[in-house]
Amino acid sequence: MNELQKLVRDYVVREYLEEGDTRTIDLDTPLISGGIVDSFSMVSLKRFLEKKCALQIPDAEATPAAFDSVRSIVDLVARLGGKGPAG
Amino acid sequence: MAYASETRERLRREIETIREAGLFKEERFIHAPQGAEIEVEFPAGEAARPVINLCANNYLGLSSHPEVLAAAHAGLDRRGYGMSSVRFICGTQDIHRELETALTAFLGTEDTLLFPSCMDANAGVFEALFDDQDVLIADRLVHASIVDGMRLSKAMRDTYKHADMGHLEEKLAEHQDRRTRVIVTDGVFSMDGDVAPLDQIVALAERYDAMVFVDDSHSSGFMGATGRGTHEAKGVMGRIDIITTTLGKALGGASGGCVSGRAELVELCRQRARPYLFSNSVPPVIVAAALKVLELVGRTTERRDKLEENARYWRRLLTEAGFDLKAGESPIVPVMLYNAKLAQEVSRDLFAEGIYVVGFFFPVVAKGQARIRTQLSAAHEKHHLDRAIEAFAKVGSRHGVLGLGRDEIVARFGL
Ligand SMILES: Cc1ncc(COP(=O)(O)O)c(C=O)c1O
Repeated sequence: MNELQKLVRDYVVREYLEEGDTRTIDLDTPLISGGIVDSFSMVSLKRFLEKKCALQIPDAEATPAAFDSVRSIVDLVARLGGKGPAG
Repeated sequence: MAYASETRERLRREIETIREAGLFKEERFIHAPQGAEIEVEFPAGEAARPVINLCANNYLGLSSHPEVLAAAHAGLDRRGYGMSSVRFICGTQDIHRELETALTAFLGTEDTLLFPSCMDANAGVFEALFDDQDVLIADRLVHASIVDGMRLSKAMRDTYKHADMGHLEEKLAEHQDRRTRVIVTDGVFSMDGDVAPLDQIVALAERYDAMVFVDDSHSSGFMGATGRGTHEAKGVMGRIDIITTTLGKALGGASGGCVSGRAELVELCRQRARPYLFSNSVPPVIVAAALKVLELVGRTTERRDKLEENARYWRRLLTEAGFDLKAGESPIVPVMLYNAKLAQEVSRDLFAEGIYVVGFFFPVVAKGQARIRTQLSAAHEKHHLDRAIEAFAKVGSRHGVLGLGRDEIVARFGL
């Protein structure tokens, strides 16, 4: 995992897993279709990415499919020209 | 013909998929008024059998109470059967106003608006009051009707981990740029039976300038010393901005719901909430009976006290028998089995023993959190619970779950 992938993964673990939840999240773990992130909670993930990577994710791009794995999220950020973790 | 055979085939396949996934829900036909002992026909076509009911929301045992029935009859005679109108055209009688005033006094709020159901109250309230300048921050275990209502609103939506005040505080800090922050929670959570820490929630709301919304459907009538709800139980009467609740559980169990709270918020619902504007008025017979229910609840705390005692007694019996329970202080007592198939089998076997309970599993609760939800009522007598525990012990022992905790049950049955 690269730095940005790790950052997203760590955020998902902290934000969405309950204490005692031992599931591991890797690059392709299904987040939304797997019931880890619900569609409401995507908001916080989107805001987190926008802040960390200094970009705007248009609502049309913030689809459940695009947010369904760490890999697809990082791909989306790259496609939108995100700068990678901004410190 | 527009209902093409391909459409029919596709829908039949969808139904089959539900069945194959073990998620097919079947109704059980009850040949009796609601109560502690009922006659149930199941499977359909079988002769009805007597069972003890441990799965109704009939918390106060008022669903078939003689005084409530008499009030309903009188209401029917005096104000008729139906209104044939939504509230704001010609569907509001004097008794609708009377009931709203009585609910306001009971809940300790400023004003109240009746809805056809609490599902409708939740469906209408967020859209009527909030827009894209606001944020709704909901506990992750709120009831499905709140989730739907939030979806209908243009407000930004966010969530916090169940009852996690640290996480809620982070979210409140993060959303300080919004015009209004609204914390959204159930009072008593319907599947877990735990009680929202409303005292801490109100303190956070005051610190971070947020409003508080509580759905008290599983609390109104019995939580708190005089049964007013979770806000009474947690010492924050008068400090909840919006309460929604139902008349369909403890408060008579028929139907109807309301939005109650700050006067301006309730008035805006009266002006704008779509289920209020576009669905028929609560029928007079229910309004008249609900007024009687509030009178009964106000007259004595006997019923809520008995309910509390029953819940305590039932928890003790289950714990002594070796079941794994969710901790809590409400009359919702979930018996944890974790595995969906196990929960289904145990509830089926309990039914065969004359105990009516239902297993809940994904998607109603999280994966790996399957359970049997038992619910107490003031209509239960000790002998009902003593008989029920015998059946629970017998079935629990047959399945080998007695004395096992989560990890052991999961090790034996899987998730
Ligand atoms: C927390 C909660 N809110 C709302 C509702 C819906 O209430 P009603 O039956 O009045 O639509 C329920 C009932 O299942 C509930 O449990």
